[in-house]
Amino acid sequence: MKEYFHSVTLDFEKCKGCTNCIKRCPMEAIRVHDGKATIMQERCIDCGECIRACPNHAKVAVTDSLDILNDYKYRIALPAPSFFGQFKEQGNVECILHALLNIGFDDVFEVALAAEIVGFLAHQYIKDKKVKKPMFSSACPAVLRLMQIKFPDLLEQTAPILTPMEVAARLAKEEAVKKTGIDYEDIGAFFISPCPAKVTEMRNPMNTKHSAVSGVIGVNVIYKDIIKHILTFKATNQEDDVKFHKATNLGMAWGYVTGESKNVNLDTTLAVSGIHNVISLLEEIERGELKDVDFIELQACTGGCVGGPLNIHNLFVGRIRLRELIKKCGTQPSYYTEDELFNFYNNRHYEATEPIQPKTVMHLDEDMSQAILKMERLDRITNDLPGLDCGACGSPSCRALAEDIIRGIAFETDCVIKLREKVKTLAEEILDLARIVPPAMADSSKKTGEK
Amino acid sequence: MLNESFRFTPHLTLEFKIEEKDFFIAGESASRVKKTLQQLGMKQEIIKRTAIIIYEAAMNVAIHANHGILKVYIDPEVISIITEDVGPGIPDIELAMKEGYSTASNEIREMGFGAGMGLPNIKQCSDELEIQSRVGEGTTLKAKIHLHNKK
Repeated sequence: MKEYFHSVTLDFEKCKGCTNCIKRCPMEAIRVHDGKATIMQERCIDCGECIRACPNHAKVAVTDSLDILNDYKYRIALPAPSFFGQFKEQGNVECILHALLNIGFDDVFEVALAAEIVGFLAHQYIKDKKVKKPMFSSACPAVLRLMQIKFPDLLEQTAPILTPMEVAARLAKEEAVKKTGIDYEDIGAFFISPCPAKVTEMRNPMNTKHSAVSGVIGVNVIYKDIIKHILTFKATNQEDDVKFHKATNLGMAWGYVTGESKNVNLDTTLAVSGIHNVISLLEEIERGELKDVDFIELQACTGGCVGGPLNIHNLFVGRIRLRELIKKCGTQPSYYTEDELFNFYNNRHYEATEPIQPKTVMHLDEDMSQAILKMERLDRITNDLPGLDCGACGSPSCRALAEDIIRGIAFETDCVIKLREKVKTLAEEILDLARIVPPAMADSSKKTGEK
Repeated sequence: MLNESFRFTPHLTLEFKIEEKDFFIAGESASRVKKTLQQLGMKQEIIKRTAIIIYEAAMNVAIHANHGILKVYIDPEVISIITEDVGPGIPDIELAMKEGYSTASNEIREMGFGAGMGLPNIKQCSDELEIQSRVGEGTTLKAKIHLHNKK
């Protein structure tokens, strides 16, 4: 049960059984049966493509609500870098951070700040040749889950570093313990997330045993409240003495694609966004391409985290706003000194402790001979299907339907074209039968050439 | 009388046509076969080697030959990758096996192919490799990967 927790789920009432989502899913993990979509839990990577594709808003990402704050004595908000791109020009970083305090948090810690540490660590790993080139970013959990299933071979090339969200939670809680004297367990750290995959990552982290994140709250959940507080903050023009903004431009730019690779700062870096682009690039890399590239940033959402499905604004709007905001912030010196950063590197505090395990969910059969026989049948059925990939059967392609038939969850007559052929054959047989006249009723005058 | 050789072995054959300068089919066929092998539950290491051989061998046909065919034969013991092409053939196979040796045209090199690593790469990935060629007629390449002996 625990293994298959997913943030992305179906709102059964809203699903109209259309087949928009099945074609967009990069994992071919959705089927429409009996008029409703179902997500194959073992294949879903929580990328959120189906959330974007569904015209009926029947695909939803389950995140925590603000009620979860009540479970902790001291509550810290961890806003994602992309969060700051969701506000019009009137919002500056400081007032967005203050708005978080006004909706119930006791403290804020920018994930952008933790991202700078992660960027520094990645830079050092490559410089010290600790990981095979090209090293992949491990910041996007949807990409890592994709790799577990489709590219297990490349997992060893992922940066052995915790996600910025995770690093932020640990730093924020440790700081809060020092500042307040409250027990570590009573301090909650809550990621303000553009992304369902981060919810899943918190529940079942891939490269560490336990996540320090106490909850993940979708941007969509708190957006309205935040806007309200930004407006009152502006109106009263209150100037708080406490400044919360500590991240630099480098960390803040992690909110859109290329931000991370610029922060990692190596000779040859590449940044790719959009899950389908990621897949086609990884296919080439698997065949030995790009060994000369140092670091590759991989983001499941087009445009990076500003394109996250829980964000309010269009990704391009989010990106331009975030860029403008960064420009407005100007340059400020790094919050952590170089010595502190090297300390993080040397004491391996934020290093992954668990290897990311490959997942085998595609097998047709445990026994190789049986699997080959099934595959042969699968090929035969595929060739026999019309090849329209129309999706009317509820499977994303003719080949996927053939797979479902082999797995025993679909029938050949689920294909409308096949069904039509069968009906035609049957109709012809019925017609043939109808033309046969009982001998006693036969019109003898029409019988020519007989006896 | 039925003897060992008559016993039925489950097997699969995948076939791909390769036209001259079709640079996409190599990648496509490698991906297709990779997916098939993953579904069959093959080991990662085997899948990787197979995909590289397919890609390089099909690329060779696309680059050098007029046209050809790629066949992948899979059974529980062995994977065979065969390319048969109609083309100029290889005059000196030993020389062609050397790293960096290439007869690819400048145009092909401009495209980032033809670095002379294809055949050496194939050799490194396969357990058995057999190349037969007739100059002016064509080349047949047969590579085998044994599933139960780790290279």
